[in-house]
Amino acid sequence: MKFKYILPILLITLFTVSCSTDDNDAPIINEIENLIKIQDIANATHTIELFNNTGDFKTGYNNVSIRIKEKASSIYIKNAMLSWMPMMQMPTMQHSCPKSEITKSVGKETVYEGFVIYQMTNADGSGWSLTVNYSIDGTDYTASSDIVVLQSEKQNTTSFMGSDDSRYIIALIEPNEPKITINDLKVGLFKMKNMMTFPVVEDYTIALDPRMPGMGNHSSPNNTDLSYNAEDHMYHGDLSLTMTGYWVLNLKLINNHGDVLKGEDVTEEHTKSSLYLELEF
Amino acid sequence: MKKLIIYSIIFLFSGFTFAQEDVTIKKDTTKLDEIIVLGRRKLSNYRQEKTLSSIDEYLEKANKVTMIKRGNYAWEPTINNMNSDRLNVTIDGMQIFGACTDKMDPITSYVDVSNLEKVSVGSGQTGTENGHCVGGGIDLKLPASKYFESGLKTSIDLGYETNGNYKTGGLDMEYSSSNFYINTDGIFRKSDNYEAGNSQEILYSQFLKYNISLQTGFKINENHSIDANVIYDKATDVGYPALPMDVSLAEALITSVTHNYSNDSTFIKTLETKLYFNTITHIMDDSKRPDVPIRMDMPGWSDTYGFYSKATTNINKHKLALNFNGFYNRSLAEMTMYPNDSNQPAMFMYTWPDIRTFYTGVFAKDDFSLNDNETLSTSIRLGYHNNIIAKDVGLESLQIFYPEIDDTKSRFLTSIASDYTFKKKSYDVSFGLGYGERAPSVSEGYGFFLFNSFDSYDYIGNPTLKNEKAIEVNAKANFHNSKFHIGVEASYFHIMDYIIGDIDASLSPMTIGANGVRVYKALSNASIFDVYLNSSYKFSKSFSVNGTLGYNYGTGSNNENLPLIKPISYLAEFSYSTTTFNSAIQLEGNGNQSNYSSFYGEDETPAYGVLNFNLGNVFYTNTNKWILKYGVENILDANYSTYADWNNIPRQGRNFYMNVSFVIH
Repeated sequence: MKFKYILPILLITLFTVSCSTDDNDAPIINEIENLIKIQDIANATHTIELFNNTGDFKTGYNNVSIRIKEKASSIYIKNAMLSWMPMMQMPTMQHSCPKSEITKSVGKETVYEGFVIYQMTNADGSGWSLTVNYSIDGTDYTASSDIVVLQSEKQNTTSFMGSDDSRYIIALIEPNEPKITINDLKVGLFKMKNMMTFPVVEDYTIALDPRMPGMGNHSSPNNTDLSYNAEDHMYHGDLSLTMTGYWVLNLKLINNHGDVLKGEDVTEEHTKSSLYLELEF
Repeated sequence: MKKLIIYSIIFLFSGFTFAQEDVTIKKDTTKLDEIIVLGRRKLSNYRQEKTLSSIDEYLEKANKVTMIKRGNYAWEPTINNMNSDRLNVTIDGMQIFGACTDKMDPITSYVDVSNLEKVSVGSGQTGTENGHCVGGGIDLKLPASKYFESGLKTSIDLGYETNGNYKTGGLDMEYSSSNFYINTDGIFRKSDNYEAGNSQEILYSQFLKYNISLQTGFKINENHSIDANVIYDKATDVGYPALPMDVSLAEALITSVTHNYSNDSTFIKTLETKLYFNTITHIMDDSKRPDVPIRMDMPGWSDTYGFYSKATTNINKHKLALNFNGFYNRSLAEMTMYPNDSNQPAMFMYTWPDIRTFYTGVFAKDDFSLNDNETLSTSIRLGYHNNIIAKDVGLESLQIFYPEIDDTKSRFLTSIASDYTFKKKSYDVSFGLGYGERAPSVSEGYGFFLFNSFDSYDYIGNPTLKNEKAIEVNAKANFHNSKFHIGVEASYFHIMDYIIGDIDASLSPMTIGANGVRVYKALSNASIFDVYLNSSYKFSKSFSVNGTLGYNYGTGSNNENLPLIKPISYLAEFSYSTTTFNSAIQLEGNGNQSNYSSFYGEDETPAYGVLNFNLGNVFYTNTNKWILKYGVENILDANYSTYADWNNIPRQGRNFYMNVSFVIH
């Protein structure tokens, strides 16, 4: 064999080996570190794994991380397109709830992410199901299962009828870990267009008045009303908390014409707005 | 104003000088040798009638000192109508800071007369030997080393007062040789609720306290000696009738080691260096109150580490004193509230968010004898003061009000004072000028929703406050002959950036039922003036009469009266004394408080006058000595309160008391 034939083979071998060596050396990143599995939803080909920080779905805002495992190979799919549809089965009807698109988590390969806001649940956590539709390399799949949604202790979301005869859903998103300071308050606001569609409401204002009922309805200074942020489609404001404990965030929903759709000012006589969220830390 | 400052400083340096007052109150309790020095005691203070008086009662007798009372225990001293924020209170030069956000534990409450030899009170800038102040300084002096070769000496003190069923007991043991001494003492005080005039029981006015101390010293050689001192003070079940909360524990451990050097033949005549540490735990609670809007616990802690080094020397006619000192303090207080709705979690906040204070400074004083009659004394203190908010939670909570602050604040503090005294046999005059600065206290700078029951406002500290600055002028004149004495002394303070709470109507109070929130701010200036007239006349060697009249005035640049300014006060006393017996009857009172400050939550306190009667005997059995003090306070059982009584809590009604001291040599 002539050397000129051997050389390319050697080179190819070398490169191939090099490449595979690189692959083997790449650290195995645990992409679900600090996340707790809520449950799996399986179909014939795949297992959909659902995670969040607590391992439970609860009423209110739920940030969900998702992985799709191919059953045959135990490989996690990196190039799926996902969407989902949570559904509440009531005695006479069924409805969905506000939810986001599902996108790939930033900096991760196998984890997808989205949020869902359960506005209510049954006392035993039953009633909700979740359908995940996804496509991999042009093939569509679907997986569905009943899920358990527990009732949150505090009112972190509420659904209400505005004076414009529209039904809205508002949900507390942040602060996740409230502190004795000026916290960034982030709230989602959705309109119930029909039983299945809950578009984000844009450019309204949500007036904020946090109070501690346990302390004679003590308020705090330097709060700001929430305004719409077009980047994350959420409402942001400053929430100052002067001590730990139970806080009621009294709210007033004001549309872009300045009309109050829901909620009242807190006074000596009227100690709580009809629109409020609760916080405890 | 700047011109005024410049002129003042020029004035100071030009050598004109002023009154330096150093009121010294000799203690006369368990260290019984002092008691029988009646003449000396009467000179400094003619109103001492109980051997087992608390420090509070002792201090109250000084002209310029008034005690603010929130109950029957732990009174807060004021000098020149300025309270503890504006004073520098030390224990033998040691910095120590109360751990209560509501001033329920002034430093004076953590020591007892048995620990101390004397109390040195400096008015205004003459009180800056140990630290910066505006109103004055109080130094509670520990006993000096006693290498007396007196062997073992024991003394026992017992006291009983009918009002409040108040029992006191003290034991003091001392052993001294030529190069070693040890002194230990303990004191115990217990009082039930006292009764105001007309048998009105004041609920929650009880207290229980004990105090033990150990002092020992060893002389290494002629020039060097080492002293160590430990004081442990514990008060439990202390009621504060004027406040919504009581104290279940106020505990202090105060320790120090001192090295003394003295040598007449070297340039430095004396050099005293002390290292010290003290720690205070203060637990405020309301568990004994049956009816409160909300249950709460408010514990506080204060730890201080420090040192000083004092040197003295003489150069010609100059007597020089130098003091280099520093301390590091940690103040932390928190509040936990338990909602009436048990489903809600406890509410928590830091009321003093772990504030670290570091200070270092230097003090120099020169007493210059111009000639036999004239003395010029000048003192200066320069210091660096630094506050750090150690807890992130603390910084973040204050950022609710002050979003722009960071965790550190440094200040430079200056104090300068000068006194000129002219003294002849039958009269003396002195004149003094001073300029001083102080940093805001922890509460003023960093307090977080501190409820003040006096005006019923929640107070928020302000980390952005400027130094408070005071220009002070004082004058004193005395005339005396063999029988008659008359003296007048006056002080005027012009205080710039006067720190006081200002209502912020936009803030919501935290405390249930509070009127609102005040934020510490500064008035551009405030003026405080006081003048006292003292006189006495001796009818004979043993019979004399004396009287004091005082007038005080205080107003801010907002044209409002300042709070807690003493109205016209008077004292008249007839006394009879021999070497073994003394007796006195005294009338003491205040005029109507017409210049009260409704703006700062005060109401008008009516005039009052009370009559007291005291007697004392000294007698000997073998080598042992007995001292008996007894009398009646508030003979007429007047039901009264003074301007300095928090929320107009009435003072004690008629009280019979007796103190017995027994000294075994």
